[in-house]
Amino acid sequence: MAMKTSSAKFKERVDEGLHNDFMRLAVSSAQERLHGRRLTAVDELGSWEEWRSLGQEIRQHVLANLDFYLHQLAENVSKRGGHVFFAETAEEASGYIKDVIVGKKAKKIVKSKSMVTEEINLNASLEAIGLEVVETDLGEYILQVDDHDPPSHIVAPALHKNKEQIRDVFKEKLAYTQTEKPEELTAHVRGILRKDFLSADVGITGCNFAIAETGSIGLVTNEGNADLVTALPKTQITVMGMERLVPTFDEFEVLVSLLTRSAVGQRLTSYITALTGPRDEGDVDGPEEFHLVIVDNGRSSILGTEFQSVLQCIRCAACINVCPVYRQVGGHSYGSIYPGPIGAVLSPLLGGYDDFKELPYASTLCAACTDACPVKIPLHDLLRKHREVIVEKEKMAPFSEKMAMKAFGLGAASPMLYKFGSKMVPAAMSPFKTGDSISKGPGPLKTWTESREFPAPGKESFRDWFKNREKGGNPS
Amino acid sequence: MKGTIHNEERFLKNISKNLGRPTMTEGISLPVWKNAPQKEILKKKTPHDLVEELEEQCKRVHTAFHLTDSKQVGHLLKQVIEQLGGGPLVIPDDTRFSEYKMNDLLLEEGAFVWDHQAGRKNIEKAERANIGITFSEMTLAESATVVLFSSKDHGRSISFLPSCHVSIIPKSTIIPRMTQAAAAIRSKVAQGEIVPSCINFITGPSNSADIEMDLVVGVHGPIKAVYIVVEDK
Repeated sequence: MAMKTSSAKFKERVDEGLHNDFMRLAVSSAQERLHGRRLTAVDELGSWEEWRSLGQEIRQHVLANLDFYLHQLAENVSKRGGHVFFAETAEEASGYIKDVIVGKKAKKIVKSKSMVTEEINLNASLEAIGLEVVETDLGEYILQVDDHDPPSHIVAPALHKNKEQIRDVFKEKLAYTQTEKPEELTAHVRGILRKDFLSADVGITGCNFAIAETGSIGLVTNEGNADLVTALPKTQITVMGMERLVPTFDEFEVLVSLLTRSAVGQRLTSYITALTGPRDEGDVDGPEEFHLVIVDNGRSSILGTEFQSVLQCIRCAACINVCPVYRQVGGHSYGSIYPGPIGAVLSPLLGGYDDFKELPYASTLCAACTDACPVKIPLHDLLRKHREVIVEKEKMAPFSEKMAMKAFGLGAASPMLYKFGSKMVPAAMSPFKTGDSISKGPGPLKTWTESREFPAPGKESFRDWFKNREKGGNPS
Repeated sequence: MKGTIHNEERFLKNISKNLGRPTMTEGISLPVWKNAPQKEILKKKTPHDLVEELEEQCKRVHTAFHLTDSKQVGHLLKQVIEQLGGGPLVIPDDTRFSEYKMNDLLLEEGAFVWDHQAGRKNIEKAERANIGITFSEMTLAESATVVLFSSKDHGRSISFLPSCHVSIIPKSTIIPRMTQAAAAIRSKVAQGEIVPSCINFITGPSNSADIEMDLVVGVHGPIKAVYIVVEDK
């Protein structure tokens, strides 16, 4: 799967999301649980602001000295016998990985979850040359079995599916005969994948954080799949986005603490693993050969720009879990492997405005994302900056009007979303209002208001609305 | 043998160009970070307090907790093995098993001792084992985490392939959190030691919430986890 997950137009994707009732229920309940867990984990830690400042300072220091730390990492990986390949493009990265695999005459590849391998479309390029690629993260595996359904969340990729749907997919594809109980579904997958772990020739992983001082790769999971992917096959290939590194174990532990608390509300996840080079002499398990592929794929062009801070991201998805727009439209609406606020900032930068220009408008600019970010990325500011760039590039003025229209495009897709919509809408809409409804809507509203009246946006701000809603107010 | 490095110069040049300066591959030292909240956590706790913290946290990570001493640990381990449904067992080649006088028990149970000369057979044994038993090198009280170092005598598979993982925790290995573990690893590096090819921070059994955010304990790694703290070690 490349960055882009859908060829449908943005409005069509949003419309589909809004009409998928199960998905919307699943997303809102997942958001609440993840958000609640994160708050508990953050509260019990205390001094969260200091933690965030520390995380931000570490990430900023690494980005400002990225060449130095990447050099140190490469030297230390190589000293331990690992091979390092710097790939400027997705094609270079996939090409190198393919060469390694073909050189090993490998047939079966097991993978642990990695967003960057999705970004470089790795699975498709391996499958195209007849290789069997097995995703081993439970969520990713479910999506793979379901004819490569795209992920809708960067931590819980199958969040949009319910257990009955998963049971049906398993029945059809895996000769599954048990019930929809998550325990039974999971046990079935454990049995199947255990055989794959033991018979695979190559293991491919992503990288949560590489550690420059020791040339280590840090992996964070709950399932233990990354450990089996790296313990059993003879060759290990790790793919990392070039910014995903820290200076030493000291900073590694700080960022891991921020990541696990922010992503899933755990003090630490079940498995945090630091792998250094291939197996040591005399070791029986672990790979005989280790390759680290460091991917740029558009990241370097973000450095030195007003968007540099987005590279601080540690992929925890806390911003996604608090986003009111994501809650309503779901992950697939973004049409990118990176959904939510982080996706709305990152996708246009890595994938270009042509495909992702609508995403910066899929936001209310409520700043909940910025507040949630454990490394203090000013996400809502970056979304606003994107809008400025888009307006300037497209020479559309005045800016506020264009933005209001865009917000409309999104809002008009459904009365509910509309009502929930941007703070800016009430002001922009006032000229068209008669009482509490709109009878002659502009632009995208026109076709609607030709046949019916459109509910006018209330004066209530989003935050007030959300607060009332949480107290039991009516969502629509 | 040193590994290869491809395309580094061009790649780094691209980075430094965008950062608006020449490429730097040396001369950067770590700053003193302005905040250090991680060092305050469980800072003034006694070893006894840390054991309590560990026990409390075990409840949250689906892990059975036992406290014993070196005289009783063999007896307790026998009970734990029974409760988990018995063998087969797989263990690292670790002198502490005899130091803690567990040899007879492990022999009686037919435990397979990791043998680096036996190659792939080790993995087959671990795959068929019901229980893998390890010693924690460092133990993080805050998160109930055991730390394992791989070596030729301690395969990675021991703590991943069996259905159950029992970790024996000498009380002296208990530290507040990952902060102290990172510092210990760094000080070894500073003294010229090389880090083991695999360091595992393991917290309880494997789990997933990928289906409807419902927690399922036992995914790819062990389904059950038991910690045994040995008070006088």
